[in-house]
Amino acid sequence: MAQERKIKIIVAKPGLDGHDRGAKLLARIFAEAGMEVVYTGLRQTPEMIVETALQEDADVVGMSSLSGVHNYFFPRVVELLKEKGLDDVLVVGGGIIPREDVDGLKNAGVKAIFGPGTDTNDIVTFIKDNVRN
Amino acid sequence: MSEEKSLEKVKAGKEKWDQGSVQKTLSKAPERRKTFTSISNIPVERLYTPWDVANLDYGNDLGFPGEYPFTRGVQPTMYRGRFWTMRQYAGFGSARESNERYRYLLQQGQTGLSVAFDLPTQAGYDSDHPLSMGEVGKVGVAIDSIEDMRVLFDSIPLDKVTTSMTINAPATVLLAMYLAIAEEQGVPFDKVGGTVQNDILKEITVRGQYIYPPKPSMRLTVDLIDYCFKNVPKWNSISISGYHIREAGSTAGQEMAFTLADGIAYVQACVERGMAVDSFAPRLSFFFNSFTNVLEEVAKFRAGRRYWARVMKERFGAKDPRSMMMRYHVQTGGVTLTAQQPLNNVVRVALQAYAAALGGCQSLHTNSYDEALCLPTQDAVTVALRTQQIVAEESGAADTIDPLAGSYFVEAMTDKIEAEIDDYIKKIDAMGGTLTAIEQGFVQREIQNSAYRFQREIESTERVYVGINKYTMEEPPPTNLLKVDMSVGEVEEAKLKKMRAGRDAGKWKAALDHLREVSQSDQNVMPAVIEAVKAKATVGEICDVWRSIYGEYRPKEFV
Repeated sequence: MAQERKIKIIVAKPGLDGHDRGAKLLARIFAEAGMEVVYTGLRQTPEMIVETALQEDADVVGMSSLSGVHNYFFPRVVELLKEKGLDDVLVVGGGIIPREDVDGLKNAGVKAIFGPGTDTNDIVTFIKDNVRN
Repeated sequence: MSEEKSLEKVKAGKEKWDQGSVQKTLSKAPERRKTFTSISNIPVERLYTPWDVANLDYGNDLGFPGEYPFTRGVQPTMYRGRFWTMRQYAGFGSARESNERYRYLLQQGQTGLSVAFDLPTQAGYDSDHPLSMGEVGKVGVAIDSIEDMRVLFDSIPLDKVTTSMTINAPATVLLAMYLAIAEEQGVPFDKVGGTVQNDILKEITVRGQYIYPPKPSMRLTVDLIDYCFKNVPKWNSISISGYHIREAGSTAGQEMAFTLADGIAYVQACVERGMAVDSFAPRLSFFFNSFTNVLEEVAKFRAGRRYWARVMKERFGAKDPRSMMMRYHVQTGGVTLTAQQPLNNVVRVALQAYAAALGGCQSLHTNSYDEALCLPTQDAVTVALRTQQIVAEESGAADTIDPLAGSYFVEAMTDKIEAEIDDYIKKIDAMGGTLTAIEQGFVQREIQNSAYRFQREIESTERVYVGINKYTMEEPPPTNLLKVDMSVGEVEEAKLKKMRAGRDAGKWKAALDHLREVSQSDQNVMPAVIEAVKAKATVGEICDVWRSIYGEYRPKEFV
């Protein structure tokens, strides 16, 4: 019986922001939900995040930002993934992200934004439902 | 009747009550839950009596305010003399914008300044560094050189206000700039008062704004402490911080335990440098969080004060009572704020501020209700400041000292938290100290486990969070959010370019060369840093000197 491939997710902290409680918590919750998790640690540039996604053959990239740099970093990661031919990698984000920025991020190719207070079960479900087959 | 007999009577009475009245009521109406716990998961009993504090020895365990072991407070008159310092952490965009916010806050009755720097400044990068992209002026003010610092404190007399600066890895540089500006204003160093955070250990464990490996980082930390006690006697040269430990998910007991463990490491490092404990210890200060569970917070502060006094006296042999005082700033809990129904946060902050006052803090920042949504707007900042003013002027909490002392519950909780602190400190000592415990990931894992447990409790609705897992409602999108102008980065870059072109290159180079030389020797770096900032060396340039000597820290990640 062929074993089903685990979903592989990169949990990344873009920029200089040090708030990693959410990122680390989700890394643990994704692992418990049966995913294979790579946590990048802090101070990641978009290039570093995409390089990790490429090296790891990731299905999902999840970014967390609480310092207000999401409008620069998230779309840049989507763009670089496309350049590398990784169009089918699911990109999601979270952190302190004003609601008025959400549409712009979605238009740029970030599939979902999860704000403070989100139930982590909803995040897991969203990823499972939307990841590439 | 002897005390012992009276206690026995209480015990017997409670048993009778338990089996009689309580059982009778329970058989008709069960309690809301099987077990009750505080937000930090400490079991909470139905009722506390003198029996729960039977071992409390008033003289040894509580004493009097301003006297060892300082459980009841660090000053003899506390807020009857003067209120805590009301100090709102602020800063965003350019130095000019932040200067305007500071002057507004001072006009509104704020009594001290607290500077938030942007992340590039905190990580030791100039505004034009590639890693600063998108971050300039975002979560704090962008400071590259002494010219920015001059604008930041324009028309603010540095002998009249005290300033707290949240700066760690580059703390020496920002303090040097502050001192240089004080000098320009004609204020002698011994009239300058304030605080730098200068706490690198918690950057490594939970906050993430480190630059160099732990050992050279500790050298810079101790250089600053040493320099201040000799030259800037009113300056708090370190603010040993539990705030961020709690934000990262720790319990109240862990917050206090890991902070005091860091404190022990700093005291040890200073003693190893050859400093006499009573020379520097009176200028150590602390920084804690305050959550909504008022009674647990009060117990935490009291337990911490008592434990630290004992550590300083017994472990380090301090003789000066001021060396034994845990003086601290409090900020209300950022992570407790919700993006949902944000006005509810006003109430959370009020309770947290009340806890801070009942707990005996020396200064306080109250968060703005909109902080889970954006950087605080001026309206929200005003409400936050008014909240402390209401606690101070109207609640009565400031009129008598340590008013919750003697509450069976609060005293029992104080003992319990002190025992938890002691347990952790012993574990950390057995590992070989905080640095080792951090290297091995012990501290990080303990904190992450608590964060995980809390998240699961919320999601299973075992613990109620108003607006998150109960009493939720549909809301329109929030309006009036503060937006930092995206062009700040470009403006700062242009300004920096102009400054670099206009400075005396010979003087600048000589100052940096001298700094390099001093940094490779055993001499204190502070005088050379002050010369370098006066020669218009930037935060990034000075930090680069040290990067090239000490290397950069890349932590192991413990997930």
